[in-house]
Amino acid sequence: MADELVSVTIDGIGVQVPKGTMIIEAAKQAGVLVPHYCYHPSLPSPAVCRMCLVEVEKAPKLMPACVTSVVDGQVVHVHSPQALKGREGVLEFLLINHPLDCPICDQAGECELQDFQFQEGRRGSRHDDYPKRYAPVEDFGPDVLYVPNRCILCTRCVRFMDSVAEDAVLEVYQRGDRAYIGIDPSERLDHPWSGNVVDLCPVGSLISKDFLHKARAWDLDKTASVCPGCTQGCNMTIDTRDSTVVRLRPRPNHDVNRHFMCDAGRADYRWMNRGDRVEAPLRRDGERWQACDWSVAVSEVARLVADADGSVVLLAGGRTSCESLGWMLQLIGDRRLAAAMRVPLGSESPIGAIPNLALRAERAANLEGARLLGASSEWAAARTALAGARLAIVLDVELGDDDATALAGAGHVIHATTVADPRLGAADLVLPITTMAEEQGVFVNRDRRAQRFLPARSAPGMARPGWWLASQAWAAGGAGRRAPGTAAEAFAMLPIFAGLTYRELGLTGRVMDGVLQGAGS
Amino acid sequence: MGYPHPIDPRETPVLSTYFGDAEARTYAGWVKRGGYEALKKVIAMAPDDIIAEVKASGLRGRGGAGFPTGLKWSFMPKEDGKPHYLCCNADESEPGTFKDREIMRWTPHALIEGCAIAQLAIRAETCYLYIRGEFTEPFHIMTRAVEEAYANGVLGANALGSGRRVDIVIHRGAGAYICGEETALMNSIEGRRGNPRIKPPFPAVAGLFGKPTTINNVETLAAVPAIINRGAAWYASLTLSSPKSTGTKLISVCGHVQRPGVYEITLGFPMKELIYDLCGGMRPGRTLKAVIPGGSSVPIMTPEEVEGCATDYEGIVAKGSMLGSGGMIVMDDSTDLVYQIMRLARFYAHESCSQCTNCREGTAWTTRILERLLAGEGKASDLDLLLDLSENMTGKTICVLSDSCAAPVVSGIQKFRADFEAWLPAARPAMPVGA
Repeated sequence: MADELVSVTIDGIGVQVPKGTMIIEAAKQAGVLVPHYCYHPSLPSPAVCRMCLVEVEKAPKLMPACVTSVVDGQVVHVHSPQALKGREGVLEFLLINHPLDCPICDQAGECELQDFQFQEGRRGSRHDDYPKRYAPVEDFGPDVLYVPNRCILCTRCVRFMDSVAEDAVLEVYQRGDRAYIGIDPSERLDHPWSGNVVDLCPVGSLISKDFLHKARAWDLDKTASVCPGCTQGCNMTIDTRDSTVVRLRPRPNHDVNRHFMCDAGRADYRWMNRGDRVEAPLRRDGERWQACDWSVAVSEVARLVADADGSVVLLAGGRTSCESLGWMLQLIGDRRLAAAMRVPLGSESPIGAIPNLALRAERAANLEGARLLGASSEWAAARTALAGARLAIVLDVELGDDDATALAGAGHVIHATTVADPRLGAADLVLPITTMAEEQGVFVNRDRRAQRFLPARSAPGMARPGWWLASQAWAAGGAGRRAPGTAAEAFAMLPIFAGLTYRELGLTGRVMDGVLQGAGS
Repeated sequence: MGYPHPIDPRETPVLSTYFGDAEARTYAGWVKRGGYEALKKVIAMAPDDIIAEVKASGLRGRGGAGFPTGLKWSFMPKEDGKPHYLCCNADESEPGTFKDREIMRWTPHALIEGCAIAQLAIRAETCYLYIRGEFTEPFHIMTRAVEEAYANGVLGANALGSGRRVDIVIHRGAGAYICGEETALMNSIEGRRGNPRIKPPFPAVAGLFGKPTTINNVETLAAVPAIINRGAAWYASLTLSSPKSTGTKLISVCGHVQRPGVYEITLGFPMKELIYDLCGGMRPGRTLKAVIPGGSSVPIMTPEEVEGCATDYEGIVAKGSMLGSGGMIVMDDSTDLVYQIMRLARFYAHESCSQCTNCREGTAWTTRILERLLAGEGKASDLDLLLDLSENMTGKTICVLSDSCAAPVVSGIQKFRADFEAWLPAARPAMPVGA
């Protein structure tokens, strides 16, 4: 960075930050969290909640850390008695009209009002005998309810809709302590990205209908993942309760999705919880399916591939990881006739004010990964090629009727899938594989950023990742071949990633261009 | 002349000379009284010379803050190629203040002339005159005067033949006290919710529509033509006390005095003389109890503090309050200060823009505690609670509305504690408080 650095001391910890950094961000660098409500790194700062007041030496009064930029040599006290008194006062004011209905509030457990009140709030109440402000719950949009009683008027939602989504349907109505967030009476909160207001709300005022009363925050397990919905590759967290996915939320990644995620991606998780999964490898035995061991299934796959002799067609789904696709292609080797990823198309929905962030038309998370690995998106051509194929491998993809019909023309069919497809009754093998929510893997997004996703729930029955069965069959097909034992190994062994490791990708990914040039591919 | 009382010999009429003189409202009448001479004079002057003249006069903002006007004008960037704006703050909403109203009612052309001079000084083609929504009569008079000024070539593309464009746009407020705060005023003109903005950036850097802007009070701008006509040295010599407080000030006196009204005094004039001589003192049989000297937002003064207090920026600060807007509220011994303070707090609670937590919740809570006290249901601990809340409301918010609510509460409890204690249930029976 060419930025000029300035030195500041925050709670006794010295840090160097670029000139113009706000104290609240500099404090993060020093490992100090300044309590705040209205401030959000992806929104303009109005400095209205007054929660981030800190003591700055030589300043006459407490300063809001979110809009006060650092000055060289500045000494800031976030936890001095004066600053704590100031924030205690703010918390007390915020609770005057707050209903304290935490036992029935979805936000409880992940509520910043609770958190900061427990950290810094006054013990005991001084406003005991007044009725609190009351207003009934409002229906803002398809997935958003507004509970005005809980609102602390931080205006994050208003600012998000105004300056990020650029669809200013929300505004503060009324004045004084009668104020509330209102929606334009002729509008709905139905922008394709409007669900983000629920995440942005620091309290339980804006809540998701989908998540309403579904689970308590403290019962949730959180797993870092990547949205499989489109080629944008928004980073997300999968929230599970007892291995059931109950909610998807955006995970911050400044270079991909900032703090946001579209409503389509957010809502698309029910398939992860399907109960009708294939749970054991199935082998065709005359007119019947016969469950078998993986060892049997793997050698059967190896045999079918070995016999295919230069005419294998691979049909893969858009959520297929680089590992699964890469090892499947490795297994097929030079017997490949065609390999394509199915890319459903939809309309593109940009968020508005953030460049290069949209729900993309190509609804296949790993399209770019497939291209890098040498597969195409020429689905129709691959389907045509089925007619002359000795073997078709169908890997975790939802097929159309015409695809199913065309598959009848292939000599043999291996169906590696999560759910059995009744139209593929003639398949030789039906192999249970894991979904992206049950395995580790990498998607490469449209900007060639390779991003990891982690397993959020346990796989049903004998389901195994696609790369595992592919690499096992590959190893069975020749002497001296060693299959990877872990997903990390499966990834590192793919030549196009040139020795890059999971550890190096981290949880925010890495753009592949340099690596690819290095690999000379 | 003078309105509603004849001018007292101890007053110094500069702005109020023609109050009550209906002919002065018209363009012809104003020109007959020497109007627009100052504007003609400044057309020949360089903008920096106008600013230097105003600086030398010592004129300070009459809206409440008392910031030196010439200095404020000099903050405007030069040769930056951007449009500049002047905003005239005519949103006079401070309880107890009604001085700008009289300027607009009687001498609208003085204000237009002052605006035009300021526009030439700060290189602003457009002035927005933000007039309080409830000011119906002043609005019509100002509108008429601006029309006349355009018709006579004072305003327009070639103002008074200067070759420079000077426009005045009247923008009518919709009845929000907070829109008198300068940054909220700009938001309101822009069509946004009238919430104060965070400073920096200051208006001179990024104000109205994000462009360099100066905001002046009506009285400040109306004083400028006299300074140009009679010279900065003359204006600077008008002081009875500190050389930092120069010129005349309109004081709108209301409350328990025999002759309430707008009085124009030279700064430094003894407050006691103003109350007892110019305004005729208390009603018969009554004695002075308290004075709020500068609009409802400043600390309350006791009769002892009024004693020997010079009515200027420094003199009132020395006595623990502020000159503020010059809206003086005088209360005699029939006043229940707790009730009066509750009325002020209720006003602030009603007018809080709701942005900042401390103000939104603090003003309302303060009001409820005072109402409870007046209902005879107070607790002994309420007074300390009020003081602690007021501390949490002072210096913690974007604008000073919250501080303004706290100021009368704190000074009231500190200086008139007995009034509060008299309302505690142990002291007397309950009295219902009308909403």
